[in-house]
Amino acid sequence: MTFLSCRFAIFCFKVASRRAAPSRSSSKRSSSSLSISWLSSPSRGTSVRKDDAPVSTGITASVPYVSRKGVSPVVECGVPMPAELREELMPKHVAVIMDGNRRWAKMRGLPPSEGHVALVPPLRMVVKLCLCWGIKVLTVFAFSTENLLRPKLEVDFLFSHFERTANSEIEAIMRERIKITVIGDTSKLPKSLQKTITIIEEKTKDNSRLHLIMAINYGGKYDIVQACKSVAKKVQDGIIHLEDINENIVEKELKTNCTELPYPDLLIRTSGELRVSNFLLWQLAYTEFFFHKKLWPDFGKDEFVEALKSFQQRQRRYGFLS
Amino acid sequence: MKFSSHTGLSQTLQVSLLNTPMQKSSGGITSHLLGGLCCYLRRCIFSVLSVGPLPNHITFIMDGNRRFAKKRNLGEGDGHKAGFSALLSILRYCYELGIKYVSVYAFSIDNFRRKPKEVQSVMDLMREKIEELLQQESIINEYGIRIHFIGNMQLLTEPVRVAAEKAMRVTANNQERVLLICIAYTSTDEIVHAVQESCKDKWNQIQASKEGKVSNGGSKINGLDLHFRDSCRDNATEACSSLHKGVKDAGEKDALLEQNSEKHSDNYSEGEITSCNGIVEITEERKYKQGETASIKLVDIEKHMYMAVAPDPDILIRTSGEDRLSNFLLWQTSACPLYAPKVLWPEIGLRHLVWVVLNFQRHHFYLEKKKKQF
Repeated sequence: MTFLSCRFAIFCFKVASRRAAPSRSSSKRSSSSLSISWLSSPSRGTSVRKDDAPVSTGITASVPYVSRKGVSPVVECGVPMPAELREELMPKHVAVIMDGNRRWAKMRGLPPSEGHVALVPPLRMVVKLCLCWGIKVLTVFAFSTENLLRPKLEVDFLFSHFERTANSEIEAIMRERIKITVIGDTSKLPKSLQKTITIIEEKTKDNSRLHLIMAINYGGKYDIVQACKSVAKKVQDGIIHLEDINENIVEKELKTNCTELPYPDLLIRTSGELRVSNFLLWQLAYTEFFFHKKLWPDFGKDEFVEALKSFQQRQRRYGFLS
Repeated sequence: MKFSSHTGLSQTLQVSLLNTPMQKSSGGITSHLLGGLCCYLRRCIFSVLSVGPLPNHITFIMDGNRRFAKKRNLGEGDGHKAGFSALLSILRYCYELGIKYVSVYAFSIDNFRRKPKEVQSVMDLMREKIEELLQQESIINEYGIRIHFIGNMQLLTEPVRVAAEKAMRVTANNQERVLLICIAYTSTDEIVHAVQESCKDKWNQIQASKEGKVSNGGSKINGLDLHFRDSCRDNATEACSSLHKGVKDAGEKDALLEQNSEKHSDNYSEGEITSCNGIVEITEERKYKQGETASIKLVDIEKHMYMAVAPDPDILIRTSGEDRLSNFLLWQTSACPLYAPKVLWPEIGLRHLVWVVLNFQRHHFYLEKKKKQF
């Protein structure tokens, strides 16, 4: 009897959840008058069609800044900000958990590796929009410490995929003046990938238009533990006293001290999972979360705008503002 | 007190469902019968829910008290009083359902930056309510609840601190249920405290090692170290998987993690055990010599957390629709689903709890399925 009751309850729940709003975000889906082919490489000068009239963007072509009343400003990279977004309310630092690649592949009857290949185009799109709309730091959760437990074949493919992508995108990265930093325990990565990371970080260290932080073999708890070890070393060496340990001292030892904006304003997680999964634990203290049901390979400009719009409507009180 | 803007019948049911069996219902036999019926219905719902897996620990960010007061044109402080009533109701539901641990974010360190008058009124309310909780007929004694106050107690005013310490002392022998009240708390403060304590421990170990206490265990250390190197270094993934297979749920996972880490952490020289979500992996490290820094591990930090008295939460609920953690349990909620219903805290009801538990049960099967894939 209780088994039947339970089954009935779960049935009711499934019916109710199908009728519930599909997305947890409170804002309506924003419409965009531009459609960008995020599969195209921006380094080739993407052509964006607006009302069937081709508008050349070309990353290297500079479009003059025009401020028109009631019209979104057109910035250097030529992707206008949608009217529903306000430039002054843009987050400075956005973090992304690119979840759902394997499920995306499984739904299409493809191997998991295809899902990992499909994660690159939306990432490229988000990077481009961050460049265009003045977001200064973008942190992406590419590979967690827990992901090491996946099948070796998949892990090896992922690492080689990172390496191939990094090598093929380096020219575009330099052209766009993107600074790349990798945070995480890189000692466990293959030597060739470690070398690629070192080269990219060195080459891009003076770029300043966008800081792209890739979290590879990263965990929030790992970050705090390694910060703690560094603090302990400083105490042992007499640089600081035990009683002087405070939040500032711990924060300076975290891996995100590579940027002046270590605290994300907005965290986006795709695929409908409502959790942080050991990503940037300390740094997410006051971050606004945005969860979207779409799988990462399906995440497009509309969804990104939806996330930004939701962020801009939030009231951030930090525990004391009314 | 109105809790819902639905139809009259559902509103009556809401109020009746929220009424405890112990409260005297006003308004005659009809109300009494209705109250009894709703109580019976609630127990039926809980019986159905109990067939599936239940969360061991639910945590609440009680947000929206001030907005509730503003919405109802109530005086300052009345929102927090309404919030306390809602807390008692939710606690009753959780404990009736069989959830052992409930934690709440009562007062953040950031809240001290509010207007002094508001802070003082909240402090006074807390002291008053703590004393109320310790009365004989309160929910604490009804369910055998042990209370823990979690946070930097030195930041509290003395009357509140004294009341809190008394509550912890008086309920120390209760074992049925646990209530963790996070007060003068932020997660970053908790982590800093844990870091300080870990550094202090290691500093003491270094001092002790300088006095030559470690050398007796030398050969044993090397033997065990070889064992780890041979069995684990080239097969770290398999070692992790085999440990992981022995884990059933979060509570057992934490216990296993602690057991393994504590068993090995003091008995090896050339390995460092780090843990990530219950999985242990062995990594290389420099040799442990006399005078070298003893490596701080994840378990060292975890055991010094204020929240080490309870397992990690299975569900986090933040009311008022705000999708953020506000520096609450950042460490402990790394794998925990976060729910943000739009309802303000004083308006939270049974239906919100039931919905969240159903979601947990649905999510739980998915997570268990994912675990079996490893």
